[in-house]
Amino acid sequence: MSERYSFSLTTFSPSGKLVQIEYALAAVAVGAPSVGIKATNGVVLATEKKQKSILYDEHSIHKIEPVTKGIGMVYSGMGPDFRVLTQRARKLASQYNMTYQEQIPVDQLVQKVANVMQEFTQSGGVRPFGVSLLLAGWNADEEKPYLYQCDPSGAHFAWKATAMGRNHVNGKTFLEKRYSDTLELEDAVHTAILTLKESFEGQMTEDNIEIGICDSTGFRRLTPSEIKDYLASVS
Amino acid sequence: MSILSYNGAAIMAMKGKNCVAIAADRRFGIQAQTVSMDFDKVFEMGPNLFIGLPGLATDVQTVLARLKFRLNMYELRENRRIKPKTFMSMVSNLLYERRFGPYFVEPVIAGLDPKSGEPYIASMDLIGCPMETNDFVVSGTCSEQMYGMCESLWEPDLAPDDLFETISQALMNAFDRDAVSGWGAVVYIIEKDKVTKRMLKTRQD
Repeated sequence: MSERYSFSLTTFSPSGKLVQIEYALAAVAVGAPSVGIKATNGVVLATEKKQKSILYDEHSIHKIEPVTKGIGMVYSGMGPDFRVLTQRARKLASQYNMTYQEQIPVDQLVQKVANVMQEFTQSGGVRPFGVSLLLAGWNADEEKPYLYQCDPSGAHFAWKATAMGRNHVNGKTFLEKRYSDTLELEDAVHTAILTLKESFEGQMTEDNIEIGICDSTGFRRLTPSEIKDYLASVS
Repeated sequence: MSILSYNGAAIMAMKGKNCVAIAADRRFGIQAQTVSMDFDKVFEMGPNLFIGLPGLATDVQTVLARLKFRLNMYELRENRRIKPKTFMSMVSNLLYERRFGPYFVEPVIAGLDPKSGEPYIASMDLIGCPMETNDFVVSGTCSEQMYGMCESLWEPDLAPDDLFETISQALMNAFDRDAVSGWGAVVYIIEKDKVTKRMLKTRQD
């Protein structure tokens, strides 16, 4: 079959950088914009879901995916890489549940997923993942919402609000102005839509964006009709 | 000769009002020969979480070590104290991993929830089948005698001092009717802000 590489394809450059990871981050930066905002009583994830042709059946594929009843994730970058990570995250979360009979806390899941992403920067014959992930969850013990980002390098950090993908610099600047610690979930959804709108070309409808919310009752993706209601209050 | 009665042990745990008690005998014997009277079978796994391990003594020591390892990793990773119910699942998982070559221990768990202080007791068989109750749990070579004593002496919502008397009488009179357990006893009363350890003066036979 094909030759098996035993060396890592991600190697250091003389300047001390891992070029493959830089390139992976570049792949993320040209991906579709996604936004995450943490409110006092929940977290919202939103992303642009523009399809290349009107012939696409847009509701058959989802960019915002649940991992457990209380945790959801979204990405910017390569869709197929996201699919693989979602499967891995779900398996890791289920294994935790099997051992401890308890839902995995968000920060624990983030550490495990980030570990997976790091493995692919230090193994033979593989390339780093071309996605940055946003994980949103509700910590049942502390009764607090959490928003985390995972990068192709395996780095992970918690955010109050962030934007990824195309135009993420403007997105973050917009959020810096708009974010406040007293934001509630409803307002956070509103703000997320406005942030997406900053980089949106054309008319925003309930079919070309996806929104997911996470609160004390768990994580769920909003239906197109719910998104339509939010869009009506924006424009 | 049954493996679970090779060394002999008697352990029980009871729920009280905002407290739990766990008590065990102190005999370490090899069949009929008593070797020592200060063998610990109840171990502290957290400020308000205790596990009692009756059964084959070598497995008591190994399960304790392996469990402590898993618990330490958990607390380091998650940066929080484990809940008694989660701990029970961890023990169950550890035992079931050896489903077809089990550890010969049948643990008893007693503790208070780190946040709410709610009492929790549970026991399980040697392959990890858990049993959570609201009154008492027993395990060991004289479990039938212990069940009889607990069933007659236990009542709900006992204060810490009354719980101590109840569990002491239940344990002592049960293991006095068993040849391979006894030779001293230790009782832990676990309350939200303190744990009291008392040794019982018992028949040394």
